Amino acid sequence: MRHLLSAGELDRDTALLILDTAAEMSALSERSVKKLPTLRGRTVVNLFFEDSTRTRISFELAAKRLSADVINFAAKGSSVSKGESLKDTALTLEAMGADAVVIRHWDSGAPYRLAHANWIGGSVINAGDGTHEHPTQALLDAYTMRKHLRGGQGALEGVRVGIVGDVLHSRVARSNVLLLQTLGAEVTLVAPPTLLPIGIEEWPCEVSYHIDEVLPKVDAIMMLRVQSERMKDAYFPTAREYSRLYGLGGERMKLLPEHAIVMHPGPMNRGMEISAEVADSAQAVMVEQVANGVSVRMAVLYLLLGGAKELSE
Amino acid sequence: MTAIVIQGVRPYGEDAVDLVINDGVITEILAPGTGVGTIIEADGLIALPGFVDLHTHLREPGREDAETIETGSQAAALGGFTCVHAMANTDPVADTAGVVEQVWRIGREIGLIDVRPVGAVTVRLEGTQLSEIGAMANSAAGVTVFSDDGKCVHDALLMRRALEYVKAFGGVVAQHAQEPRLTENAQMNEGELSGKLGMVGWPAVAEEAIIARDVLLAEHVGSRLHACHVSTAGSVEVIRWAKSRGVNVTAEVTPHHLLLTEDLVATYDPVFKVNPPLRSTADVLALRQALADGTIDAVATDHAPHPHEHKDCEWGSAAMGMLGLQTAFSVVMETMVEPGLLDWRGVADRMSVRPARIGAVATQGHALEVGALANIVVVDPDARWTVVPEQLASKSSNTPYAAREFPGVVVHTFFEGRPTVLGGKIA
Repeated sequence: MRHLLSAGELDRDTALLILDTAAEMSALSERSVKKLPTLRGRTVVNLFFEDSTRTRISFELAAKRLSADVINFAAKGSSVSKGESLKDTALTLEAMGADAVVIRHWDSGAPYRLAHANWIGGSVINAGDGTHEHPTQALLDAYTMRKHLRGGQGALEGVRVGIVGDVLHSRVARSNVLLLQTLGAEVTLVAPPTLLPIGIEEWPCEVSYHIDEVLPKVDAIMMLRVQSERMKDAYFPTAREYSRLYGLGGERMKLLPEHAIVMHPGPMNRGMEISAEVADSAQAVMVEQVANGVSVRMAVLYLLLGGAKELSE
Repeated sequence: MTAIVIQGVRPYGEDAVDLVINDGVITEILAPGTGVGTIIEADGLIALPGFVDLHTHLREPGREDAETIETGSQAAALGGFTCVHAMANTDPVADTAGVVEQVWRIGREIGLIDVRPVGAVTVRLEGTQLSEIGAMANSAAGVTVFSDDGKCVHDALLMRRALEYVKAFGGVVAQHAQEPRLTENAQMNEGELSGKLGMVGWPAVAEEAIIARDVLLAEHVGSRLHACHVSTAGSVEVIRWAKSRGVNVTAEVTPHHLLLTEDLVATYDPVFKVNPPLRSTADVLALRQALADGTIDAVATDHAPHPHEHKDCEWGSAAMGMLGLQTAFSVVMETMVEPGLLDWRGVADRMSVRPARIGAVATQGHALEVGALANIVVVDPDARWTVVPEQLASKSSNTPYAAREFPGVVVHTFFEGRPTVLGGKIA
C-alpha cells in the first residue's frame, strides 16, 4: 500500500491490519510517554485546502506521536481562479522532501490526481475530498464499532449499521459503505430521497426513507451532519422539518436496542440531526471516535511510511 | 493555370478515376492514369467532399494562447475539413457585425479553409437581449448560424423570439441544450458513477427537456432549429419524434460522444472533462444508431482548445472541452464505418453534405462530379496512426486520445481547387 485514497481499495486483510495496528497504537496512548520513534526524520505534510481543525490536529497528533516532522500547509482557493494551483503546491512540497502528504480538498478526486499526476513521489493520504471519500474516518468508525460490538477483535460480520442524513454530499457515508461492506457489516442508509445520489440502488447497502423503521434493527446508528444551507437548494423544506423527520432525539432514541451505539463524525449540529440529550447520552461514542481517530491515523502513517516491516518483525 | 489531377482515386470508395481540377472546379472525371496536368498520386485512396464542421472553437479573438484562426485552420485542413463554423464565445463575443467580419476576413487571408463565423444569439451570451442578428447576417461574413454555444438560451421567450427572428435571414438557431438550474456546478454525467465518485451530476434530462421544448417552439413559430452536440439516447428519441412530426430540426453529434464513455472520469484526468459530459455506453450506441439512420444529421467536432494549465490540475478546476478536428475522421471511421453503420457516401453525407446544408454554405458539400467546386478530402482507409498530442497542429494539446491508435489517415485536402494538405502535411 503506497497511498490511501479510497476505503474501497482496502481489502479485508489490509483493513484488519490497519485496525489491529491501531489497537496497538491505542495502547501506546495510555502510557505516560505517548511517543514512538518510528517515523523520526520523516516529514508529513498536512495539506488542507478546506478548513478542518479536528481532522488536521488528529493527523498532526498521530504523526507527532510517531516522531515525524509535521508541516501544516493551509492552502485556500483553487488552481485557476483563486491562487496557486494544486500542481505548484505539490511541486513545492516535493522539493521540500515530503514523505507523505495528507490532503483535504474541496474537489472530489483531488487526492487521486495528486497521487497519479506525477507531481510528487511520496505517499498521499486522503483526509476528505469533496463529496467523495474520507477513508480514515471510515476506519476510525469501524474501529469504534469493533471495539464496542465485537470486543475489539476480527471483522464486523453481521453488525447492522444505520447511516442517517445527507448521504448525497457525504464523503463519510461513501467511505463507510465501502469499508463496512468489506468487513461484512450490513448497512442501511436513511435519508430523504433528495439527499440520496442517483444510482444508490446499485450500492452495496439497503436504503430507507424512514428512520423509525431502521432504528430498532441496528447495532450502530451514525448521524451525518446536515448543513442547514441545503435548504436553499430545496433538498428539504425547513431545518425543523428535517429535524422532525430525520433527527435523532430522546424519544426516538428509545427505538434503538439498548446495546446500540450512537455515532457522529462531527462537528455536530445539536438540535438539527442530533439532540443534546442524545449527544450526551451513555450510548453516544463521539468522544471515543475522536480518540480512536488518532490511533487509526497513526496506524495508517505507520503502515504507509515503511513501519510495516518493523511491525511484522 | 495547369490542371491538377488526383490520380487513381476512388470517389466514395467506388471505382478508381482521375479527378481533374481546373480553376477550383472539377472539370473532368477520367479513367485512371489518363488525366493530364500536375499529378497527385492517390492510388487506392478514397475521395470525399471536404468535411464541414458546424461546431469549432477557434478562440480568436481573445484566447490566442489556446488557438488562433491560423492554427485552427491548419488543424482543420489536416483533419480533412474545408469549412468550419467558428463559435461565437470569443472575447469579445461574436455578437456584432464587426467581430464576425474580422474573423471571416482573417480566415480568408489564411486561406486554408472557409471560416464561417457563428453569431451569438444574445449580447455577450448573457441570455437577456438579442444580438444584432440582422447586422451579422447582412455583413460580409453572411452569418447564417446563430448560437450562444457554451451557454443555453434558456429563457423560453427569448428562444422563441430568436427562432422567429432568424427566419427573415434564412438563419438557424443552434442550441446548446443545457437547463442551467439542473446543471449548476455539474461535473460529469449523472448516474451511478457520479454518485460513487462524489461528483455533481449533469443529468440527461437537462439536455432532453430543452431539446423537447425547443422542437415544440420551432414547430410553433415555423422556424429552423439545430441541436448542438446531442449526447443522450433520450435526446435522440425526442429528435426522432420531432422529425416524424415534420419539425424543421437538425442535430449534430461529436466524435467523442460516439466513442468515449463516462467510465474515463474515474481517472479524474481532466482531459476527459467536456460539456456535455461523456455519457453511458447505451447513449453512445444510441447516438451511433441515430447518426446511421439520419436522425442525427451531422458529425460536428466541438473542437475546444484549452491551454495546458487549464487541464493539468484537479478535475473541479479544469476547463471543459477537447480537441477534435484532427481526430474526427478517424473516430467516425472506427465507430461508424468499420462496424458497417455508414458507408463512404454516408460519411460524405454526415460530414460534408448535410452540415453544409444546415449552415447554408452554398460553396461546400458538393457531390464529387463534373462542375462541382473542388473542395475535396482524400483519405487512406487502410493506414493507421497514433495520436501524439504535441504533434497536432492545434496550439493546445488537450486531446483525449493521446497514444491511441486509430484507423484512417487524411492524406490530401483540397480547398477551392488548391491543395491545402499534401501527404498529411500542410501544403
